[in-house]
Amino acid sequence: MAATADDARKKIFDRIRAALGVASLDRVRKAAVERRLARHPRGTIPARAKASREEPIALFTDMLRKQGADVLRVASGKEAVAAIASYLGTCNLPPRLRMGKDPLLAALPWREAWDIERNFGAAEANDRATLSRAVTAAAETGTLFLVSGPDNPTTLNFLPEAHSVLVAASDIVGSYEEAFDRLRAIYGEGRLPRTLNLISGPSRTADIEQTIVRGAHGPRRLHVLILG
Amino acid sequence: MLNVKRGFIDKRRAAKAKLPEFDRLRAEARELKDHTLSHLDLYLEAFERKVIESGGQVHYAPDAAEARAIVLQLCQEAGAKLVTKGKSMVSEEIGLNAHLKAAGIEVVETDLGEYIVQLRGEMPSHIIAPVIHLNKETIEADFRRAHQRLPHGRRLDQAQYLVAEARQMLREKFLAADIGITGANLLIAETGSAVIVTNEGNGDLTAALPRTHIVVASIEKLVPTLEDAATILRLLARSATGQEITTYTTFVTGPRRERDPDGPDAYHVVLLDNGRSEMLGNEFADMLRCIRCGACLNHCPVYGGIGGHAYGSVYPGPMGAVLTPQLQGIDRARDLPNASSFCGRCESVCPMDIPLPNMMRAWRERDFARGNPPLSERLALKLWAYAAKRPRLYRLLAAIAVRNLARRGGARGSLRTLPFVTAWTGTRDLPAPQGRTFQSLYARAQSRKR
Amino acid sequence: MNSTPVQGKPGPHVGLFVTCLVDLFRPSVGFAAIKLLEAGGAQVEVPRAQTCCGQPAYNSGDRKNAVAIAKQVIETFERFDYVVAPSGSCAGMLRLHYPRLLADDPDYAERAEAIAAKSYELTSFLVGVLGLKEVDATYVGTVTYHDSCSSLRELGVKEAPRKLLLSVAGLSLVELAESEVCCGFGGAFAVKYPEISTAILDAKLHDIEGTGAKAVLSGDLGCLMQIAGRIARENAGIEVRHVAEVLAGMTEDPAIAAPRQKREGNGQRQAARLQKSSRRRARRCGVAKGVA
Repeated sequence: MAATADDARKKIFDRIRAALGVASLDRVRKAAVERRLARHPRGTIPARAKASREEPIALFTDMLRKQGADVLRVASGKEAVAAIASYLGTCNLPPRLRMGKDPLLAALPWREAWDIERNFGAAEANDRATLSRAVTAAAETGTLFLVSGPDNPTTLNFLPEAHSVLVAASDIVGSYEEAFDRLRAIYGEGRLPRTLNLISGPSRTADIEQTIVRGAHGPRRLHVLILG
Repeated sequence: MLNVKRGFIDKRRAAKAKLPEFDRLRAEARELKDHTLSHLDLYLEAFERKVIESGGQVHYAPDAAEARAIVLQLCQEAGAKLVTKGKSMVSEEIGLNAHLKAAGIEVVETDLGEYIVQLRGEMPSHIIAPVIHLNKETIEADFRRAHQRLPHGRRLDQAQYLVAEARQMLREKFLAADIGITGANLLIAETGSAVIVTNEGNGDLTAALPRTHIVVASIEKLVPTLEDAATILRLLARSATGQEITTYTTFVTGPRRERDPDGPDAYHVVLLDNGRSEMLGNEFADMLRCIRCGACLNHCPVYGGIGGHAYGSVYPGPMGAVLTPQLQGIDRARDLPNASSFCGRCESVCPMDIPLPNMMRAWRERDFARGNPPLSERLALKLWAYAAKRPRLYRLLAAIAVRNLARRGGARGSLRTLPFVTAWTGTRDLPAPQGRTFQSLYARAQSRKR
Repeated sequence: MNSTPVQGKPGPHVGLFVTCLVDLFRPSVGFAAIKLLEAGGAQVEVPRAQTCCGQPAYNSGDRKNAVAIAKQVIETFERFDYVVAPSGSCAGMLRLHYPRLLADDPDYAERAEAIAAKSYELTSFLVGVLGLKEVDATYVGTVTYHDSCSSLRELGVKEAPRKLLLSVAGLSLVELAESEVCCGFGGAFAVKYPEISTAILDAKLHDIEGTGAKAVLSGDLGCLMQIAGRIARENAGIEVRHVAEVLAGMTEDPAIAAPRQKREGNGQRQAARLQKSSRRRARRCGVAKGVA
């Protein structure tokens, strides 16, 4: 048994290097690793992800719907707010939303839906509906990319029954790789926020006799609004 | 059992058909994993740097006992009374739950399937679908037994009611937990991130709500970059359940940041060796490419016939047949690599191109070298090999044997019983030989020609 | 249709790898193989010094004996242009596993590679190398075909036997719902783990019965004995033969595990009746001959 944490660490590294038959100071190996990390080369990107300008949105919508989300395209902030209000009504949920400080969400014309009570911050146990914004999305599998922080707290994505997500049409890209590049532009090379959630539908489980049931632990409903 | 497997088989086939690049991605995934493993020490160092940079801590566990000790210590230091857990095969491998329980900590599995096996005191029977062996009536009985304070007359006869009840019960635990423990499907060196995939969202509630998040992951989970993660993620869900991607694919990087309104205050990654480093240097290195998709289980006729519990291991099926002897030793686990017909279907569907039958055979070689097979088997093999290396003797013995068997088979054409091979005749007739060996008939025909 | 080899040029020199199961249990398969190979223009020789490909030792972990037997096989067969076996598992052993077994042997590594390159399962050799497009044989009834795992996954044999079967007069082929699933034989596995082997077998039998076929064929005698053994035990009344027998029009002999005389019982009686009629037809149609 290793006596200290350092011993344990050394033990494992020694074992690995012995098994591989390498020395720790091997410039060639180090260079190979540094190169891959710095360049992060892409592998094969599926053809369906390399679509034209308008197709990502069609593909994105199609995939998300197949995975059980409600998807709506809205032309303006006004339409977005109306859609959110209407959605809460359809789901029989009280007109109450928890959201973060996201500027795009804040800039929506909320006075048009004056009866929606908006609360802010991390989600609380009895929040039934929340609203977030996805910083980007990948059409290839209908996947939203949401990042942690005061703008869109992570817990908004998981605690409510109904989660509404707004994404700008111009933020929808074809592939995961393009989405990662967008994140690199925001956070810098080699950095990610505390939590990056790739969300592709409402919560589900098939554990019981392979029957798909929604709302296993996360939201039962996912409502996606494409703005623009 | 077989019906359920059909579902996964058909879904995987459909998912593969929808992605023409599937086989290209397999080749690339294999390459990137091999590259990572051959530079594992360096990628581990890079990963560690990044985790620390993001405010997290990294711990090293050379074996299962140390991993348990580290996690327990972290729990005790935090004064934890309740721990929620995301699905983690590694945590089962090291026997974490029992260890924490023994120290007075309540541990709650949150993946629905894992929650159910926990209620039953069982092990999961499938690495992706833990209660694939149970029907809903059984689960209903388990819930009624475990959730005593809920009204007796409530409906639990359909999956949706069972799920709703689990959601309700577990929501309390999620919110009350002091510590959340998850595994990791991937570890990314470039950013110091752990990737957790679920359909339920339980991994996220486990990671985000408590004050401390502990990730327990084995060292071979490492990949270099986000792009490498993308390649593997494109194969994982498709191979496991036929989905394009799991509902939630989460990249966790360190504890709460300065302005984060939620998230854990403390973030720990416990890196487990437990035999992986040894595999790097032996004939089982390819097994380290495994991404735990379960495709091999779904396509295995042995697994389909006997189910996961029959393996007596955390890891069943073909991947378990290769990994378990490494973890438990070949003496104890010898049945796993031996109980295979080598049909090869596992290898043909493995997204990481792992030569599973070849590695099972390598275990059999070790098993044989240790003299483990029963005496009757070793003797039979010895006799067979002795004769096979001596063609003239072989022809003589063969001719005698087949004449004898043919006579026994008689007009019936098959033998219902035969001493020494009751293993065959217990369930199958032995077809009677035609009576003469080919060699003797051919020799006779040739001599007639001359 | 008739491919007599180009005047004066002899056909390829083929060493027939009989396989231990054919040698011991069903020589008629060996003779059927010879007939088919010669019809395809090959010159067939059967070396006397052959016994086994070494799979039993190899798959039991007895590497030493596997190597010894492999060397013996190489020495016996390397002089031929081709080595052909009426078995996917034996052909697979030579083609895939001999090079692996002997990779580190300075004397045999190259020889193993050489023999691997020219070793074939029977039907894939007939179609892929000799260019056989059809056979002249008759077999009346619906048959289904079980792809042995080694043929399928080690050698990629799938279309060749079907192509030839479809040319058999009177034969209609119906596919199993799961033709690519193991039958549970697996060599010694069948006796080391009989319950599992039988469980897998029963699923295969269920599938075979589901096709309504009168007969099930395969290119591997191990699979066939496994299937026939259970059919006989369960009195399922389905005929079991090696594909070579049907392709060569040599179905006069009783099927595998089938009785030698007429007996009571639906299956056997029907089988015997059909055997008799197909024998009659075969005699009328003559010897198998169609070639490229």
